[in-house]
Amino acid sequence: MSARLTSVLSRIAQAIPVVIGVVVISFVLTRALPGDPAVYFAGAAADEASIAEVREALGLDKPMLRQFIIYVGDLARGDLGQSISSGRPVAEDLASRLPASLELTLSALLLSCAVAVPLGVLAATRPGSPVDHLCRVLVTAGVSLPTFFTGILLIYVFYYLLGIAPSPLGRLDFIYIEPDHVTGFYLIDAALAGDAETFLGALKQLVLPAITLALFTMAPIARMTRAAMLGALSADFVRTARAAGLTNRTVLYGYAFRNALLPVVTTLGMVFSFTLGANVLVEKVFAWPGIGSYAVEALVVSDYAAVQGFVLAMAFLFVLLNLVIDLAYTLIDPRIGFAAK
Amino acid sequence: MLAPRFARGTIQPQGKTQMTGTTSRRDFLKYGSGVIGASMLPFLKALPARAAGGDVLVAVTGQTINSLDLHRTGTNRASYQVAVNCYDRLVSFGTKEAPGGGLSYDYSVIEPELAESWTISDDGLTMTFKIKPEAKFWDGTKVTAADVKWSFDRAVSVGGFPTVQMKAGGLIAPEQFEAVDDETFVIHLERPSKLSLPDLAVPVPFVINSKVAMANATAEDPWAMEYLHKTPAGSGAFKVAKWAPGEQLVYERNDDWAGGPLPGPKRVILREVPSPATRRALIERGDVQLSFDIPNKDAAELADKVTVYSTPIENCMHVVGLNTTFEPFQDPDVRKAIAYAIPYEDIFQTAAYGRGAPLWGGSTEIDDIAWPRKSPYYTDMDMARSHLEKSAFAKGFDVPFSISLSLADWMEPTALLIQESLAGLGITSEIEKIPGANWRTAALVEKRLPLHLENFGGWLNTPDYYFFWAYQKGHLFNSSNYENPEIEALVDETLHMSMEDPQYMPNIKRMFAIAFEDLPRIPLWQPALNVAANGAEGYEFWFHRQLDIRPLKGA
Amino acid sequence: MTQVSPDSAERPRSSGALDHLIYVLKANPVTLLAFVMFALIVISALFGPALVPYDPLQSDAANALQAPSAAHWFGTDSLGRDVFSRVIVATRLDLVISVAAVALSFVLGSVLGAVAGYWGGWIDVVLNRILDTIMAFPLFVLAMGIVAAMGNTIENIIYATAIINVPFYARLVRAEVNIRRGAGFALAARLSGNSDLRVLALHIFPNALPPMMVQVSLNLGWAILNAAGLSFIGLGVRPPTPEWGIMVAEGANFIVSGEWWLAVFPGLWLMFAVFTFNLLGDGLRDIVDPRKRT
Repeated sequence: MSARLTSVLSRIAQAIPVVIGVVVISFVLTRALPGDPAVYFAGAAADEASIAEVREALGLDKPMLRQFIIYVGDLARGDLGQSISSGRPVAEDLASRLPASLELTLSALLLSCAVAVPLGVLAATRPGSPVDHLCRVLVTAGVSLPTFFTGILLIYVFYYLLGIAPSPLGRLDFIYIEPDHVTGFYLIDAALAGDAETFLGALKQLVLPAITLALFTMAPIARMTRAAMLGALSADFVRTARAAGLTNRTVLYGYAFRNALLPVVTTLGMVFSFTLGANVLVEKVFAWPGIGSYAVEALVVSDYAAVQGFVLAMAFLFVLLNLVIDLAYTLIDPRIGFAAK
Repeated sequence: MLAPRFARGTIQPQGKTQMTGTTSRRDFLKYGSGVIGASMLPFLKALPARAAGGDVLVAVTGQTINSLDLHRTGTNRASYQVAVNCYDRLVSFGTKEAPGGGLSYDYSVIEPELAESWTISDDGLTMTFKIKPEAKFWDGTKVTAADVKWSFDRAVSVGGFPTVQMKAGGLIAPEQFEAVDDETFVIHLERPSKLSLPDLAVPVPFVINSKVAMANATAEDPWAMEYLHKTPAGSGAFKVAKWAPGEQLVYERNDDWAGGPLPGPKRVILREVPSPATRRALIERGDVQLSFDIPNKDAAELADKVTVYSTPIENCMHVVGLNTTFEPFQDPDVRKAIAYAIPYEDIFQTAAYGRGAPLWGGSTEIDDIAWPRKSPYYTDMDMARSHLEKSAFAKGFDVPFSISLSLADWMEPTALLIQESLAGLGITSEIEKIPGANWRTAALVEKRLPLHLENFGGWLNTPDYYFFWAYQKGHLFNSSNYENPEIEALVDETLHMSMEDPQYMPNIKRMFAIAFEDLPRIPLWQPALNVAANGAEGYEFWFHRQLDIRPLKGA
Repeated sequence: MTQVSPDSAERPRSSGALDHLIYVLKANPVTLLAFVMFALIVISALFGPALVPYDPLQSDAANALQAPSAAHWFGTDSLGRDVFSRVIVATRLDLVISVAAVALSFVLGSVLGAVAGYWGGWIDVVLNRILDTIMAFPLFVLAMGIVAAMGNTIENIIYATAIINVPFYARLVRAEVNIRRGAGFALAARLSGNSDLRVLALHIFPNALPPMMVQVSLNLGWAILNAAGLSFIGLGVRPPTPEWGIMVAEGANFIVSGEWWLAVFPGLWLMFAVFTFNLLGDGLRDIVDPRKRT
C-alpha cells in the first residue's frame, strides 16, 4: 500500500511543473492581450492623470518582472488577486461560480453517458448493421452542431414557442430562494434541505443547458464505447467465455463491458475537462453564472487577475481529474499499477 | 420638490406616452405564459413575484453591475444606476414628455432632491443649499451638511472619472465645500458657470452617510472605498437587498425616502442576461416586466407587441471619425468626398432600424443652436467623386476601418455599408474589430485610428460641452486629433458662459459652421435608447443612460 | 468498422488498393455517403464563388431580411446579402481554416510525438510536461486568449486552433511509437542497415496513422466549430468575409425574432461539413488500417 502512496505522491509531483507552466503562460498571455486595463477601468471621461492613478492603483506601472514576482508572491499566500470588473476577490468569484459550472457539466455528462454508452454497446453488438450506422449518424449529428446554436434553438422551441421550459434566467427562477449553501450544487443543497420545490425548480433550469451540452459530448463517449466494446468482444477471453457456454448477456456485460470501461473512463475524463472549458458559450446563452462566462467577460476587458485565476482553477481541476482517473483505472482494472505510468 | 415628482408619479402613461398597448400580444403567448404562471403558483411561498402584481418588478439587462460605489476605480457604467437609485443628490432634473414616447428628464428644470431650496449669489460664485430637515439615511440618522461635504470631498479627491466629472462643473477642491450648520451647505466657485448647478444633478455628487463610511474607513482607505463598494450607505429610494455580480441585483424600497414620492414597487429585481435573444424572449413572453437597452431591431419589431420607449439620446451622435494624422484626411476635399459617399438612409434603416433621429441632409443655413443637428451633407456619389477628383488622392487610397467589438451592434452594419460605398470611390478599407479593452486605448487615448466610428454623448446638455470633449485639441473624445484655433477659443469662451449671454448664440453658430466645414467627425444619426416594458409603466429616460427605477410602477 | 464477410475473405490477395477501396465503400454505405458529401463540399469550395447567383458581399438594404424564396433560396441577411451565396462561398475559407489548422497540428504533433516516443529520455519528459501544460488550459479559452492577444486574422485563428490540437496528436504518436520502437520489425529494419530516422519515419510512424486518421476527422470538425465559437465571442474572421461560424453566431440573435434562416442554413451547412469529416474519418480508417487490408 505504501508503494501505492509513493506513486500517488509522484503523480502529484509530476503535476508541479504543469502548474508552474500554467502560471507563467497565463501571466504572459494576459499581458500580451491588447488594450490597457488602466484606460478601460478609469472610466468614461478620465483624463491622463486619472488614468495614471488607476494604473498605479492596479500595480501596472511597475516593470513586468516585478509584477510577476508580486503575482507569484500573492499566489503563494493563496491570494488570486482582485478582479477589476466584478470588484471582488477572484477566489471569491470562482468559489461562487465554479459549482454552477460543475453542476451543469456533470449533469450534462451524466445525461450524455446514459444515452451514449448504451448506444455504443448496441452499435458494437451489431457492427455494420443499420442500427450501427444510425447510432453513428445520430451522435455525429450531435457533435456537429455549435453549442450556442443548439442552445438558442432549444430556447426558441421549448421556451418561446411551446412554453414548456422555464425562462432561461440562470440557475433558479427568481420566485425561489436559493437553498442554503452546503456544496454550491443547487440540486444537492436543495435535496439536503429537503426542499422538493427548489429542487424541481433548479432541475427545470438545468434541463435545457444540460441537453445542449450532452448532445455535444455524446459522440466521443459513444464512439469510444463502441470501439472498446468491439475490441473486447473480439478478444480471446470473450471467445473463451462464449465457448464455455456463458449466456450472451453475461458475456456482454460481465466480461466485455467491464473490460471496455477503461478507455471509456479515460475518454470521459478528457471530455469532462474539454466540456468545462467549452461550456463558455452555453453559459452565455443561458445566462448561467458559471466560470466560463466569467472568463470570457474577463478576457474581453483584459481583467488580468480574473483570467489568471480562472486558468489556474481549471488547471488545478484538470490535474486533480487526471489523478482521479488514474485511481479509477486501478479500481476497474487491478492489473494496472501506478508504477506502469 | 414634492409637487412635480408627485405629478409625474400620477400621470398614467396609457394613451399619450405609450406607443401601443399590450393587448395585441399573440394568443399563444398568453396561453404559454398562462401555463407557466399556473404551474408556478403552488411554489409562490418563496418570493411572490408574479402574484403580488405591482409589488415586485423584474427587469433584465445585458450589462453587469460591478460595484455599488460609483466613485471607485473600475466601476463600470452599468453600476451608475446604483448611485441613482440608492443615493440622493442635492438636486435633480425635472421631467418632460420625451420625443420617442414616454418621459424624459428635463435639462432645463432643476428640482430639489435632498436640498429643500437653494440660492445663488449675484456674482454666481456662491451657492447655498438648505437641506430637507426630514431627510434621513437608511439607518435613521439625519442627513446633514457634513455628510454632503464629506461626499463632495470624496468625489473630488478619489481621482478618476468622478473627479473629472466634478471638475466639469467647476468643483475641484474640498476647500470649496462648506458645512455652515446641519442644514446649510455652501459651495464656493472660482468662476460662475452655467454647468455648476446641472453638474450637481448628475449621478456623481451623491450623498453618503459619512458616519457609517468613516466608521469603516482605515488609514490606507480614508474614503471607505472597500466598504462602500459592497455596502451602500445612503438615503435613496431603494436599498440593495442582494447583489450577486453577473447574476442579479435586488433593490428593496426605502419606505422613509424623503427625496420624492414613494416608488410603487417594494422590490425591483434586476437580472443580468447576456444574450440579447434570451432577453427578447423574456420580455415578449412577459416573464419580466422591463428590458433595458434593447437592440434597435428588437425595438422596431416589438413595438406592436409590448410597450417600447425609444428616446433619442440628448447631446449624443454616432459619427464617422476622420483622423487628421492620416494624410489623405488632411485634405478637405477627401473629407467632403467621404461625407457625400456615405449611404445615410441605408445605414439608418439597417443599423438603427429607423430608431433615433437622422443627422444628414440639413440646411446649409445655421439659424438655431440645436445640437445634435443635421449636417448639410447627403448621399450623392457624383458630388463625392468630384470632390475626390479635386483632391490629391483622386485615385483613392487604402485605409483601415476600425470599429469596437463591444459596439458591433450598430458599428458593424454601418461600417460594412460605408466600406462598400467607399469602394465605389476607389477607397479600399479593411474592417478591423477592436476588443472593448483596447478600443478606448486605441481610439480615444492614443487616437491612432485613421477611419473609425465613434459615439460620444455629453451628460450636460449644451453644445459647448459636446465641443469641449469632442472637438478640442487633446480632449478624450476628440478621436480625430482635430485642432482648430478658432474652435479652441470659441469653446473656452462659451463653456461657462450663460446661455442668455448675447454672445453665446453667435459663437455657437460659428462653432457649428466650422465643424461642418472641417468635418473631423461626420454625423450619421442621433441614437436612441430603447427600453421595452411589458407589465411596467412610468419609465423615464435619463442622460446617464441607466435605469432609474424610482418612477416605475407595475401595470 | 466493417464486418468481414466470408466471401470477401476468399478474394485473391493480389487485389489492389482500388479494389480495397471499392470493397470498403460497398460494405459501408455510410462511408460511401461521406465520400459523396465530401466531394460536394470540395466542389463548392473550388467552384462555389463562380457558381453562386449573387455577390456574397453586395448589400441591398431594400431587400434586407427576406425569407427564403425562389430568388433567394436561403433568404437574405440584415444587410440584404444573399445567404445562399454567402454559405457556398464561405466553404472555401472554412475548409482552408480547418485543413490548415489540422495539418499544422498533425505535422507538429507527429514530429514532436515521434521524437519523444522514439528517443525518450529527457526530451520525452520535457515534451510531456509541455503537453500537460497546454492540456491543463481550458482549450477554448486558450484559443480565445491567443487570438485576442495576436489579433483576429485568419492566420491567427489557424495558429490558435493548431496549438490547442497539437497535444492530441503528439500524445497519440508518442504512445504508438513508444510501443513499437522495440518491436521485432523495427529491430529487423535497423539491423538491415536503416538509420534511426528512416526506421522511425518509414517503419514505425505509419503504424500510428490509423488512429490519427480518426483524430484528424474529429479535429477537422472541431476546428470549424472552434472558429465558429470564436466568432460567437466576436473574435472570428473579419467582416464582411463570409464564414459559417460568424453567420451562425450573428444569425443566432435573429432566431427569436423569427428570421430563422439566417442561422439555420449556415448552421445546417456547418453541421453538414463537420458531419462529413466525422463520417469520413471512420471511412478512412477502414481504408488505411493495415490490419484490415489483409
